[in-house]
Amino acid sequence: MSSIAPVTRSNVSSSILRAVSLLPQNPKLSMGLILLGLLVAVAAIGPLLVDTRLALPISVRTNQPPSLKHWLGTDSGGRELFAVLVSSMPQTLRLGLVAGLAGVFVGSLLGLLAGYFGGLVDKIIGTATDVMLTIPPLAILLIVASSVRTISIDVMALIIAALAWMHSARAIRAQVLSLRERPYVDIARISGMSNLRIALFEVLPNLFPLIMSGFVGAVSAGILAALGLEVLGFGPQDTPTLGMTVYWALLYGAFGRNMWWWWLPPIVVLAILFVALFLISAGLDEAVNPRLRRDS
Amino acid sequence: MSLGFLAGRIGLFLTVVLTAITINFIVAHAVPGDPIGGILAQLGSRGETVENTAEIVAEYRARFGLDEPILVQYGKYVLNTLRFDLGTSITYFPESVTQAIGRALPWTLGLLTVATLIAFALGSVLGAVLAWTGTPRLVKAFTPALMIFSAIPYYLLALILLHVLGVWAKLFPLGGGRSLGVAGAFDLGMMLDLAYHAFLPGLSIVLAGLGFWALAMRGAMINVLDEDYLILAEAKGLSPRRIFFAYGMRNAMLPQVTHLALSLGTIASGSVLVEVAFTYPGIGFLLYDALRGSDYFMIQGICMFLVLTVALAVLVLDLLYPLIDPRITRR
Repeated sequence: MSSIAPVTRSNVSSSILRAVSLLPQNPKLSMGLILLGLLVAVAAIGPLLVDTRLALPISVRTNQPPSLKHWLGTDSGGRELFAVLVSSMPQTLRLGLVAGLAGVFVGSLLGLLAGYFGGLVDKIIGTATDVMLTIPPLAILLIVASSVRTISIDVMALIIAALAWMHSARAIRAQVLSLRERPYVDIARISGMSNLRIALFEVLPNLFPLIMSGFVGAVSAGILAALGLEVLGFGPQDTPTLGMTVYWALLYGAFGRNMWWWWLPPIVVLAILFVALFLISAGLDEAVNPRLRRDS
Repeated sequence: MSLGFLAGRIGLFLTVVLTAITINFIVAHAVPGDPIGGILAQLGSRGETVENTAEIVAEYRARFGLDEPILVQYGKYVLNTLRFDLGTSITYFPESVTQAIGRALPWTLGLLTVATLIAFALGSVLGAVLAWTGTPRLVKAFTPALMIFSAIPYYLLALILLHVLGVWAKLFPLGGGRSLGVAGAFDLGMMLDLAYHAFLPGLSIVLAGLGFWALAMRGAMINVLDEDYLILAEAKGLSPRRIFFAYGMRNAMLPQVTHLALSLGTIASGSVLVEVAFTYPGIGFLLYDALRGSDYFMIQGICMFLVLTVALAVLVLDLLYPLIDPRITRR
């Protein structure tokens, strides 16, 4: 039995190596990673260029257009908007990461169980997936947020994770159904491996690209749901976030007052983030399903 | 249509509704203290006077039967919700939440249905064209642009459109559902006014949806084009137009309809935020108003209404599905 573990590890690492070696042939994946890296770099370097304390209200003169002193101007609440942008980007990325990790973990586990065991297990998990896919995530988030009144960024991430596992569960289940008919699974079964061991060490490593793609999808869904909550004014009140900035801009009529520097930068950052995540996810899909590569 | 299929679909619908109701019930009871009392106290401390406070609290206690056993409370709550009795608004007391929703619903329904149908139809055709081998390279060059549009959330796109076409170019109104003073007769002038106000919110929904549907269709069409029956159709000498529509698109549409059913929830959530951006007088704006006024019943009521309508729409789509794919009933 001890000989099985090393084989498994090399399975995972060879999947990663293969993915990296395919990067130059996968322009979508490379482009997405570059864009995401750019955002992470800004989030990491930004705090060195600007005092993030200026992101708090009443710390600078209000309603200033962009200038050398305030790169992105200031808002009506007296916040330095570049400082706001820089200090809110890590929040958004962290929220996406937490929601994505939790979402893909739950989703993969349920998908694996449903696909491998089938029968009643599959039926229960399948119904739960369908039910949660039908309920608009924003509705649940609003019900929770309006009841508890104040919500921290970590609680928000966890609630969102509870709403971001379904697509992953579906995709994994379908793939497991096809994998479990493969000859090497039969061989493992004949050689006396337990069901759990087969699921974890024979099937799971082959799901790696799909799990990665599910992770990116969950990150994207998580950030999207959090953004919806924030734009409606239900984000964390004490930490600056991109969505809350858009909320304040809407609330104080930044559009009618032509204060584009207030709302445009967070929207541009969010747009780049979503495009990056989309490209990464599409790139991973192409790696799994070569037929999609045609003519792109 | 087999009875088992019908029962399964209706069962799913009921499960969805019950799950949402249960989550709502648990959340309302998990919060320590009396939520309605807390909110009224909070409004009072902000210096906002709420009239009929006693009546609202009494209404709340009666509605949830707060002195009864918890299972009785739950049962009552489920029955009320299923009868679309969603409680009474605090801000517009004594108007019921259902009445307020009825006022706003036509706006949302009109905007969302038209915009989604346009996006779905245009996107599906476009996606099929993009996958078709005979399509000129110039047209295929649009694919990346579609990807970008599909990746950006509706309402962010809406805000950019609002600024570029509304604030800078001054081509369209900055918000609202119609001009003041136009209300009244249902004539051509009013229709044009409605369309004029709905154009920007509609455009943002269409643009974002277009990319999504086109990309999904492109994927489905690529798979269909590899099928043997397409080669046979070509060998038989059928016209390319016939192969494209009757053999290619007809089959690639099936996953599209499934996609539509699955994404209705996201579409509804997104449109809530589009309405907020454009102060469009539909359900989304009603919700935004309720959130700002801490109108607890209204918020919950609208959320439950969203769940109910999305679940209902999914059910209808599911039941229509065998019409476009006869294989489904044989399962």
